[in-house]
Amino acid sequence: MDRIQLNIELYKKVFLVRMAEEKIREYYHQDGMKTPTHLSIGEEAIVAGVCHALSPQDQLFGTYRSHGIYLARTLETDRFFSELYGKSSGVSKGKTGSMHLNAIEEGFLGSSAVVGTPLPVAVGTAYANKVHRNGKVVCVFFGDGAVEEGVFWESLNVACLKNIPIVFICEDNDLAIHSHKKERQAFRSLTDIVRSFNCLIHEAETTDPEVIFHIASSAIDQTKTIQKPSFLYLKYYRYLEHVGVHDDFKFGYRSKENFDEWLKKDPVMIQRKKILSLGVSESEVKILEQQISQQIQKSIEQAIIAPFPSEEELLKDVYA
Amino acid sequence: MRSITFCQAINEALHEEMSRDSNVFLYGLDVTDHKQIFGSTKGLVEAFGSERCFGTPLSEDAMTGFGLGTAINGLRPIHVHIRVDFLLLAMNQLINMISCYRYMTGGKVKIPFVIRAVIGRGWGQSFQHSKSLQSIFAHIPGLKVVMPTTPKDAKGLLISAIRDNNPVIFLEHRWLYDTSGDVPVDMAPIPLGKANILKEGKDTTIIATSWMNVEALKAAEILKKQGIEVEVIDPRTIYPLDVPSLISSVKKTGRCIVVDYDWVYCGFSAEVAAQVSEKCFYDLKAPVRRLGLEHTPCPSSRPLEDLFYPNAKTIVRLVEKELKLSPVSLEEEEFYNYECKFKGPF
Repeated sequence: MDRIQLNIELYKKVFLVRMAEEKIREYYHQDGMKTPTHLSIGEEAIVAGVCHALSPQDQLFGTYRSHGIYLARTLETDRFFSELYGKSSGVSKGKTGSMHLNAIEEGFLGSSAVVGTPLPVAVGTAYANKVHRNGKVVCVFFGDGAVEEGVFWESLNVACLKNIPIVFICEDNDLAIHSHKKERQAFRSLTDIVRSFNCLIHEAETTDPEVIFHIASSAIDQTKTIQKPSFLYLKYYRYLEHVGVHDDFKFGYRSKENFDEWLKKDPVMIQRKKILSLGVSESEVKILEQQISQQIQKSIEQAIIAPFPSEEELLKDVYA
Repeated sequence: MRSITFCQAINEALHEEMSRDSNVFLYGLDVTDHKQIFGSTKGLVEAFGSERCFGTPLSEDAMTGFGLGTAINGLRPIHVHIRVDFLLLAMNQLINMISCYRYMTGGKVKIPFVIRAVIGRGWGQSFQHSKSLQSIFAHIPGLKVVMPTTPKDAKGLLISAIRDNNPVIFLEHRWLYDTSGDVPVDMAPIPLGKANILKEGKDTTIIATSWMNVEALKAAEILKKQGIEVEVIDPRTIYPLDVPSLISSVKKTGRCIVVDYDWVYCGFSAEVAAQVSEKCFYDLKAPVRRLGLEHTPCPSSRPLEDLFYPNAKTIVRLVEKELKLSPVSLEEEEFYNYECKFKGPF
C-alpha cells in the first residue's frame, strides 16, 4: 500500500474513533445510553495502528475501554450505538453494554471489565491457532494496571513457555482509575522484567498512528514467522475521566499542564496534518470527515428509535 | 457385562473421546506425571502426544482462562484439578468469564469446556484437600455441574460432558475411584439432567450426591432388615437438575431426606428441599430433612473427621427418627472402612 493511502486509512480510523466518542459525549446527558462508558479519546493512534496491521482473519481482545478497538476493527457504528442504547440491534442484543464489546465475525473476540481477565483467554485462543496451524495471530490489549494482576504474569509465562503466537499490547496511560503508576508499582521498568521472558519486545511513546502501525506490523510478522509471543509497550494519555464523558482536571490528581503537552501531539490532529502534507487536499479530507460524521449521526439516531430486546430475551444465550 | 473401577471408567471415556474427536485435549497440573491423577489420565500423553495432553505451570487462574480461549476457537478442552480446592484460584475466570461468555456474544460462541476436579475425603486431608463445592458452582448461571457416583455414570456422563457445548464442572469423589461396577464396552453417553434411581422403595426417598449414595445404599440395606424400603435417588447432575424425577419419588413415598456431600447452609440440599417442599407440599408426611457436611472447615483428626461427614449410621438414625422406629443395634454391621481400599497419603 502506498504511503498516502496507508495514512488516509489510518486517518479514517482515528477520526472515526474520535468522532464516535465525541458523539457519545454530546448525547450522554440525555440518559439514553444507560451504560458506563470508558472513552478512548487519546488512545486512537494505538487502536488504529494495531488494527490496521492485523489481517482480517487475526483475532483480538480488549478491555472495558474498547470502543476504539471495536470501531477501528469493524469500522461500523450501527450495532455499536445500538449496544450502548441497550437495543436488540446491538452487538450483544443490547444485553451487555459498553464494557463487553465484541464482533465475533470480525475476530474481535471480546472485552472484559475485570482488569486482566482477557489475557489468558487470548493466550488460549492463540494456542488453538497454533494447534490448528492456521497462521492466525491474536492481539490482546491491556493497561498498565493489568500488569499488577497475577494473571498477567501467569499468562505471559505460559505463552512464552509454549511459544504461543500472541501479541501482548500494554497501553500505558499511567493511570489505574485515579492512581498513578508510581503509587502502585515497585519496579522501575516493566519491559526490563518482560525482556527476561522468551518473547520479543517493542516499545514506543508516540501518538503517530503510522509509527504504531509499523511497530505492530513488525511484531505481528515476527510472531507469525517465528511462533513466539511479542510484547508491545505503548504509552498514551487518557484525555477524560476514567468513566464518563467529562474531563476531570479540577479534582487535582493530575495536572492540566501535562494534558496540554500531550494535546500538542494529539493523534487525530497530527494524522490530519500528515495527510495534508502528503498531498491530500483540504476538501478531500473534509469530504472524508463528513462521510464518517454522517455515518455516526445516522447510527445514533437509528439506535435511539430502535426497539429494546423483547422480554423473552432475558433468559436467552445463557446455555448453548 | 464387565466390571471396571470408577477411575478406569474415567480413563476409558477420555481415551475414547480423544480418539473420536481430535479437537478434544486434556491439560492440568500433574496430568502427565507418573501418578497421572490417581491413574485417570493414564496413557493419554503416550496415545495423543504432548500437544493434546500436557502439564501446566502452577497457574490455575490463567490456565482456566486459557481453556476458555481454546474452547471459543475450535478446541474442546478438559482441564483437570487433582483437588477441587485448587479450582478456587480460578473462580474469577469461571464466574466472570466462562459462565458469561456466550451471553456476552449474544449467543455467537459455544464453550465446550470440561473442568474435572477431584473432591472429598481422603486420608486426614483437613480443609484444603477435601472440599466439594457443587453448591457454589451450581449457583452460577451458565455452568453445568455433574457428580457421578457409579463407574457406569462416570463414563457415560463424562462422554456427554465432553460433547456438551457448555462449560461443565465434573466432580469426582476420591473414594469412588476405587469402587467397581458394571460398565458396557460400548458405553452410550448418559444425558446430563437425568436422575438415576439406585434403589426403589416406598417408605422414604433419599436424594443423595456422589459418595453419599454409597452411604445411603448401605443405610437402605440395614433398614431393610427392619422392613423399611428406602428409595435412593442420585440426581447425577446438580445443574441441570431432574426435578420431575425427584418429585415423582417423593410423591410416592411422602418423605424426603437429602444427603448432600457439601455444607448444608445455603447448600444444594437447601435447593432440593425447597423444590420438593414447593412441589410436594400436600404429599409430604413430614418436613424435608437434610444431612450434609458440618458447618466448619474439615478437620484432619480422625474422630472429628468421622463426625464431620454424614454416613450410613447417621442416615439410619435419621430415618428411624422420622419413621418413629426404635434405634436398631448397628454393632454387627460392616461399614465402609477406607483403610481396606484407600490408604494415604493422598
